Amino acid sequence: MKHSQEDLLAGGAARPSDRPNEAFLQVRDLKVHFPTDDGIVKSVDGLTFSLQRGKTLGIVGESGSGKSVTSLSIMGLHKRGTANISGEIVLDGQNLVTATPEQVRSLRGKRMAMIFQDPLTAMHPYYTVGNQIIEAYRVHHNVSKSVARKHAVEMLDRVGIPQPDKRVDDYPHQFSGGMRQRAMIAMALSCDPELLIADEPTTALDVTVQAQILDLIVDLQKDFNSAVIIITHDLGVVAELADDIMVMYAGRSVEYGSSREIFAAPQHPYTWGLLGSMPRLDRERSERLLPIKGTPPSLINVPEGCPFNPRCAFAGLNGDLSTTERPEFREVSPGHHIACHLSGEQRQHLWTTEIKPKL
Amino acid sequence: MLAYIIRRLLGAVILLFVVSLVTFSIFFLVPRIAGASVEDMASRYVGKTADAETIRQMAEKLGFTDPLLTQYGRFVSAIFVGADYSTGPTTVHCPAPCLGYSFITQNPVWPDLVDRMGVTISLAVGAAVIWLFFGVATGVLSALRRGTVFDRAAMGVALAGVSLPIFFTGLLSLTIFSYGLGWAVPGGTYVNFAENPLAWAGALILPWVTLAFLNAAGYARLTRATMLETMNEDFIRTARAKGLNERTVVVKHGLRSVLTPILTIFGLDLGILLGGAVLTESTYSLPGLGKYAIDAIVNNDLPKVLGVTLVGATFIVIANLVVDLLYAVVDPRVKYS
Amino acid sequence: MRKQRLVTMVAAGAATVMALSACGGGGGSSNNNNNKGGGNPSATGPNAAIGKAFNPSDKKGGTLRFANAGDWDSLDPGDTYYAYSWNFIRLYGRSLMMFASAPGQDGAKLTPDLAESKGVPSEDLKTWTYKIRKGVKFDDGTPVTSKDVKYGVSRSLDKDIFPNGPTYFNEFLDLQGYTSPYKDSDPNGLGLKAIETPDDQTIVFKLKKPFADFDYFAGMPSTMPVPKAKDTGSKYKEKVVSTGPYKFEKVELGKSFSMVRNENWDPATDPNRKALPDKITVQVNVNPDDLDNRLMSGDLDVDVVGSGVQPAAQAKILADPNLKNNSDNPLSARLWFTNINGEVAPLDNIECRKAIQYAADRTGYQRAYGGNAGGEVASSLLPPIIPGAEKIDLYPSKDNAGDLDKAKEALTKCGQPNGFETNISYRAERPKEKATAESLQQSLGKVGIKLNIKAYPTGDYAKLYAGKPDFAKSNNLGMMVFGWAADWPNGFGFLKEITDSRNIKPAGNTNFSVKDPKVNEAIDKAMTEKDENARQKAWVEVDRKAMESAYALPGVVAKGLYYRPKNLTNVFITDGFSEYDYLALGVSG
Ligand SMILES: Nc1ncnc2c1ncn2[C@@H]1O[C@H](COP(=O)(O)OP(=O)(O)OP(=O)(O)O)[C@@H](O)[C@H]1O
Ligand SMILES: [Mg+2]
Repeated sequence: MKHSQEDLLAGGAARPSDRPNEAFLQVRDLKVHFPTDDGIVKSVDGLTFSLQRGKTLGIVGESGSGKSVTSLSIMGLHKRGTANISGEIVLDGQNLVTATPEQVRSLRGKRMAMIFQDPLTAMHPYYTVGNQIIEAYRVHHNVSKSVARKHAVEMLDRVGIPQPDKRVDDYPHQFSGGMRQRAMIAMALSCDPELLIADEPTTALDVTVQAQILDLIVDLQKDFNSAVIIITHDLGVVAELADDIMVMYAGRSVEYGSSREIFAAPQHPYTWGLLGSMPRLDRERSERLLPIKGTPPSLINVPEGCPFNPRCAFAGLNGDLSTTERPEFREVSPGHHIACHLSGEQRQHLWTTEIKPKL
Repeated sequence: MLAYIIRRLLGAVILLFVVSLVTFSIFFLVPRIAGASVEDMASRYVGKTADAETIRQMAEKLGFTDPLLTQYGRFVSAIFVGADYSTGPTTVHCPAPCLGYSFITQNPVWPDLVDRMGVTISLAVGAAVIWLFFGVATGVLSALRRGTVFDRAAMGVALAGVSLPIFFTGLLSLTIFSYGLGWAVPGGTYVNFAENPLAWAGALILPWVTLAFLNAAGYARLTRATMLETMNEDFIRTARAKGLNERTVVVKHGLRSVLTPILTIFGLDLGILLGGAVLTESTYSLPGLGKYAIDAIVNNDLPKVLGVTLVGATFIVIANLVVDLLYAVVDPRVKYS
Repeated sequence: MRKQRLVTMVAAGAATVMALSACGGGGGSSNNNNNKGGGNPSATGPNAAIGKAFNPSDKKGGTLRFANAGDWDSLDPGDTYYAYSWNFIRLYGRSLMMFASAPGQDGAKLTPDLAESKGVPSEDLKTWTYKIRKGVKFDDGTPVTSKDVKYGVSRSLDKDIFPNGPTYFNEFLDLQGYTSPYKDSDPNGLGLKAIETPDDQTIVFKLKKPFADFDYFAGMPSTMPVPKAKDTGSKYKEKVVSTGPYKFEKVELGKSFSMVRNENWDPATDPNRKALPDKITVQVNVNPDDLDNRLMSGDLDVDVVGSGVQPAAQAKILADPNLKNNSDNPLSARLWFTNINGEVAPLDNIECRKAIQYAADRTGYQRAYGGNAGGEVASSLLPPIIPGAEKIDLYPSKDNAGDLDKAKEALTKCGQPNGFETNISYRAERPKEKATAESLQQSLGKVGIKLNIKAYPTGDYAKLYAGKPDFAKSNNLGMMVFGWAADWPNGFGFLKEITDSRNIKPAGNTNFSVKDPKVNEAIDKAMTEKDENARQKAWVEVDRKAMESAYALPGVVAKGLYYRPKNLTNVFITDGFSEYDYLALGVSG
């Protein structure tokens, strides 16, 4: 008999954060399924994590692993009827999954805000930047336009837009990509959100701008003391920013741990793969890229056993366990969880002899 | 912007000049090239037993014997300074803008056109308001309720609206509403607005609705498609992420960008329609520009045809210009220099 | 060349897909089958208004509502040429002579109107004198004099200002260079020498050439009096001064007009008009299908164009006995025929033309026009409803299906025993003419005459193609499908235009092919015959001669389908116009 992850979690003592009362955001066994003509797309299939105020969580994973779907569920931005959402998303004690759309709406923008992947398309082309920030502020604050405008100028100033009192009347197309992302951040932060989700905030930007934006997010987080989720498929991005890192594969968490642990002693072969494909500034280009072979799995027919098994170089090491039984998400060291059939020794051996030298 | 407007206006004038040249050629040059003699062209304006001499005189009177350039010059000069022509006992001055006078009815074309324009404008603008409202509303609702019974029904009706020609829906509506139920007055009873606004609206209600139905159908489909596309745009998600309520998201963010392409098409459609809603006007026997054009063509009354063509072209050129300028107002990304 | 009258009437016939099968004397090819009691002479039901008045009444009052799918060429009596206009104009104008307001053939007879009696010709038929009735007034009360008639005719000569009307007066009057009263040195515009007005009641017409049927000319609307003081030339049509029982109330050209009783019309001076309705309204440029619907729903009384209903309504009427009972399906003075072009070899040889006459399957021709119901097989040019017309069948065949042996015989005589090849043209927008060409292609093919079918645009058919001899010759148009309707239901009105070779112009002809001095001779003889009966016989002779020379292949005499709304009274088809008689109509509702 197969065990579902849920059973294991319900019965197990090991959870990333077992202190619900202290965590600002609690996601428990979140499932987001899309019924389509081809079958049910299990974009997120039993995800559990939590986040404290003032902390930063990095969610890492390949394209299609369910990062955006997760963040959109937190924000309540999935269209009604298209997504089947189950599990719990508890924001400061309130379960967003069971809350009415109106309740979630009132939280959006105010208590939780989001910065999107592509700043080029995320702003309305027909309204000025200022206008859009003002709008964001006034939804939740009953103030006059001029007050809101002053606030918008301030926010633009905060995110480092030069001459904010002038640029506030510009249209998005008059901004550069980086400026647009800054403006998006200004908009997201305009109501002092307690939770900020940044979904790949820098992928559309060039490298120097990326660094600036990330620095900005870190600075602002400190100022506002918000909880931040930074989503990326590039481990390097979160290396310095995140307190904790969650690695996602096929809609599930495969490894969870503090940023330090994940980089110093990663335990999951998938994480090894991610690290292998991570660009590092201190290495030669030819050596450093070790892309994970194969392609991400179908989310309609997720492989039996460990979903990563078709791509895992070590899948055969424990007989046919990897292809028949789903690995339990267990704590391997304090605060460090993985879902893998490999034993501690096996992982230790592989890491030191095969993986680490190549990185 | 001002420079741009001036440049566009100049362009429009040149365009109209070219249109006049081309239409003039089509009606006066092409038949000659095709082998019609001056007498052939004149022969349709005299009685059927006319002898060669009468035909020759008529050709001369109509100016067909002059070189074509002279004829064209006369046509253009009439537009700017007017022209004189004989009505029998007196010589009548056809004041500028004189688009010539009908060979057959001997009436100056321009006053006729002005008279007819009222009908066409009433028809076009009335129908346009209806179709814009219902078309866009249906499209938006359909898009927001995609896949529901409402959506399917609305799109089914819209498909019928786009595919059925107006003379079919028109005659059908006349049969049902005028003759069957007696709710609406039948065709051919147009009354000026100034004379009796109620009768005016009464005579126009069926044509309005029918013409609006046809266009609303297209607009509903277009709106629905654009709306569906827009509601998937990132900026809509951003708007929702701000915590805006759904109505604001749909109206302020969604509809705003949907309306831009629709207004463009609307402007052009209206421009074309103002040049004469040919089928609607003939179906409902409304004495508008379109019907005028048809009658002129049937009677081979070249100056009338030329006049309607020019007026129609002018409407389209103006509509184009207005739409282009409006675009700059509506879409800040568009800049004219 | 002004084709409007021809165009309308012929086009109208084209719409006649099929018609009442019950009508037309049942047998098809009966001799002289005219509308005098033709069809079912029932008091009600189909064809009840053919040959006699349906729903006869003297009740005055009500509004008679006309509508027109197109528009008048002009309301000006000097500038109009549509048959329906000449029918309708009698409501507001009085010409010297007119077609009597009477059912069937009686309606094709001329009767004095403004004149006291028929014209009195001189011995040489070149001078015609009319006496005008006393007491006739314009609608403003001024008495009508012979000078007003002269002025009316004089102005109609000016084709610059009045291009629409017929040109018979231009052609026949001894103008001596006179062109227009508007360019007249006489301040009263009466400088025309060809018309004399010795006193206010007398008018004398002087012709260049003798003409026995001048009374028909005197019946043209251009002899309606026009007061010089009120003449505004080409604008007169907006405010025509009436002499008939109705005068114009409101005219919106291109849209509608209405007429009310003319209190200056004195019935004592007018034996011809009942003037039943109090008011007459007319809408123009009405959608033709809508118009039919309105007739059937009782929302309109008369389709003024008088060419019958559209195919859609026709189908409805024929399918519904109730509607059918309110319809009439009369024969008209309208012939579908095909010209045989003697300019194109080998058709310059009469035997080859005869071969076509023999070989043609006329029932096929008839089928092209909707079969027995769409019209009757014609064996000569003159339609049977024209007074005096006689059956002439020079190329008979069993069941009209063609006589192939005779055709082959003729071909041999022509020196083309195996047949020959030529082109046949038709008007592109007319499916029935196409069907005609195809039918002929088939039947002539049986004797080796191979036809290649060519289509030309309807609008320019006479002007640039078939009616332009140069073009027809150089493009080898050996046969040209065509149709013709009479200006008047008499031999002159029907035959002269399509058979007199002296009329043939470089372009825009109505006679495409008939070129025979013998026909011209017969025409001249008929035109100068004083006795009416003898004259009718003389025109039959023209018909015979034309058939002998075999330049025209007669096809079908057309019928139209007319709807007669229930509230019309005093309804009948007049052979004068092959339409309902608009002068007689009244309304019951
Ligand atoms: N509305 C939807 N209907 C069906 N499938 C969906 C829907 N939204 C997302 N998915 C599927 O869910 C999976 C996860 O998508 P998601 O956008 O979360 O990926 P991601 O991890 O954010 O990838 P990327 O790094 O490319 O942004 C994808 O396979 C996607 O196709
Ligand atoms: Mg994503």
